[in-house]
Amino acid sequence: MTMPGVSLQCEQSAALAKKIRRHALHMIHRAKSSHLGSAYSMADLLAVLYGKILRINPHKPDAADRDRFVLSKGHACAALYAVLAERGFFPKEWLQNFYQDGERLAGHATHVGVPGVEVSTGSLGHGLPLACGMALVGKRDRQAYRIFTLLSDGECDEGSTWEAALFAPHHGLDNLIAIIDYNHIQSLGPVKEVLDLEPFAAKWKAFGWAVREIDGHDCAQIESTLINLPFEPGKPTCVVAHTVKGKGVSFMENKLLWHYRSPDAEEMALALAELGGGE
Amino acid sequence: MRGAFFRALLALAERDHRINLIVGDLGFGVVEEFARRFPDRFLNAGIAEQNMTGIAAGMALSGKIVFTYSIANFPILRCLEQVRNDVCYHNANVKIVAVGGGLAYGSLGATHHATEDLAIMRALPRMVVVAPGDPAETEAAMQAVAAHAGPCYLRLGRAGEAKVHPGAIDFQLGKALPVRQGRDLTLISTGGLLETAVQAAELLHRAGLDTRVLSMHTVKPLDANAIRAATRETGAVFTLEEHSVDGGLGGAVAEVLAEAGEGPLTFRRFGLPSAFSSAIGTQEYLRAQHGLTANAVASAIASILAKDRTFAATSAG
Repeated sequence: MTMPGVSLQCEQSAALAKKIRRHALHMIHRAKSSHLGSAYSMADLLAVLYGKILRINPHKPDAADRDRFVLSKGHACAALYAVLAERGFFPKEWLQNFYQDGERLAGHATHVGVPGVEVSTGSLGHGLPLACGMALVGKRDRQAYRIFTLLSDGECDEGSTWEAALFAPHHGLDNLIAIIDYNHIQSLGPVKEVLDLEPFAAKWKAFGWAVREIDGHDCAQIESTLINLPFEPGKPTCVVAHTVKGKGVSFMENKLLWHYRSPDAEEMALALAELGGGE
Repeated sequence: MRGAFFRALLALAERDHRINLIVGDLGFGVVEEFARRFPDRFLNAGIAEQNMTGIAAGMALSGKIVFTYSIANFPILRCLEQVRNDVCYHNANVKIVAVGGGLAYGSLGATHHATEDLAIMRALPRMVVVAPGDPAETEAAMQAVAAHAGPCYLRLGRAGEAKVHPGAIDFQLGKALPVRQGRDLTLISTGGLLETAVQAAELLHRAGLDTRVLSMHTVKPLDANAIRAATRETGAVFTLEEHSVDGGLGGAVAEVLAEAGEGPLTFRRFGLPSAFSSAIGTQEYLRAQHGLTANAVASAIASILAKDRTFAATSAG
C-alpha cells in the first residue's frame, strides 16, 4: 500500500503528467482516435492522484482496502491507461495496442482484463452513482478507503449526475470525492453556450457538498487540496478543477477541434517538441 | 407474490448479511419490516431510478447482493442504460424486482402497464429473467436468484394471487416446471397467467384435448429442451403471457421452434398486441379485453387445433 507523502514539490507530478500527455499523444495518433483534448485537461489531476493521493498497490489492484478511482469521463481513458501503465498496473507495451483489433484497451475506459480500471464507463453520467454505491458500502462497513471520481463538465448535463449529487450529502458520504474537470468545452461547443452550468461551484455547495475551486493544472495546489480529506466531516467533497482543454500543447489549448482531431505526424512532432519528446 | 417476495427476502437477509434492499420510494406498507430489522442494509434511494441502479451496481461491486425494488417499468426502463452498463456489463450481483408486471396496474393507464419488460430484459447479456407463476414459485425464485451470482430480473404480479402448485416444487432457474401432463398439446405460461393456463387446460381436457402445462418461470435462459420435447411429444405448442407477444415468452419460444427443425407444428402466441392499451381497467377486465381468460384461451386453442388437425373439436366453454 503506497501512502502518499506530504510533498508540495511539484516536479514529480509535473513529470508524470508530461509522460501521460506523451503516451496519450502517441496512442491517439497511432489509433487515429479522438479525445486528446479531454485527456490533456485531466492529465495533471491524474498525475497527482496516482502519484501522491490514491492509496493503491499496482501489484494488488483488487486489494479490499484500496482507494477506488472511477473515471466517469470514460472517453478520456487514454490518459488513465497511460498513468496506470506508468504506475505499473500493466506493461507500458499495452499502450501501443490502444484501440487495436483484438486488444484490450478500448476507446472508452474498460475494466475487462485491464488491472486498475475500476469500472467501465463511456456513456456519461454513470460514474457518480456508481461511486455513491461504493462510498455507501465503505461508510456502512466502516472501511477506511475513499472513493474518487473524475467527471467532465459536459456530463453534468446528465440528470443522473444530479440524482447522485442529491444523494451523497443526504447520506453523509464524506469518503466520496468528486473532481470535475471543468475545461469549459463540451462536444459541440463551449459549455456556456451549449447548456450553461454556472453558477457551478455554488450549485454543488447548495446541494450540500464541501466545495473548493482550484487550478486543475497547478500540481502543488491539486496536491494540497487533496492531501487532507474530507474538506468537512460529514459532507462529500467536490473539487471544481478549472482546466484548459488540450492543456500542454499550445495549438490544442482551448480548441474544440481537439475533442475530435487525431494528430497527424507533423502535429505530433510539434506537440512532442512542447512536451519534451520521447514516449 | 409481493407477500411471498418479502417473506423470502426477510428470511434470506437473516441468513446472509450481504443482502441489501434499495427501493425507489415505493413499497408503502410492505418495506417497513425490512427497514426496521435491517436498517444498515436498507436504502430508500428516492425517486431517482438511474441513481438507484448505479448505486446498486457500486454496492454489488463492493461485495453486496443488492435487490432494487419498484413497480411496473420504473426499475428497468428509466434506468435501462444503468441496467445494461453498470449492472450487466460488470456482472454486478444486482436483482431487479418489479411488482405489477403486465396489467396489474391496469387502471392506472398505459404508463403503468409493464408489457414489454420481458422482451427488453431478455435482450440484455447476462440478465436472468424470471416471472414466477404463483406465490410458491416466487419464494423458490427468491432462493434461486439470491444464489445466482449475477444480474437477475424478477417480474412479480401483485398481492393475493392464488397458489397454483398443490405441493412442493422443484424450482430451478432455466428449467420449466411441469404443472400438468398431456399428449395433445402444450400450453406454456409465464408469470401470473399460470392459474389461467391451468384452468384453460382443464376446460380443454373436458373437451377431449389432453393438455400439458409448463410453467416457464425463467424466460432467460430458456428451457429449450422442454420446448423441443413438447413439440415432439404433443405436436402443438401455445404460449401464454401478460406481455406483448413480440419478444417475450412467445417470441423466445418461437425462436427455439424455428431453429429446432422438428415441425410440422401448430404454434400460437397468446398475449397482448404490440400496442398501448386504449382501455383502462382492472387486471381482470383488461385480460378479458385481450382474450387472456381461461375460456377465451381454451376456445381459441380448440378452434385452432380443429382447423389445423382437421378434426372437429367441441368448443371448450
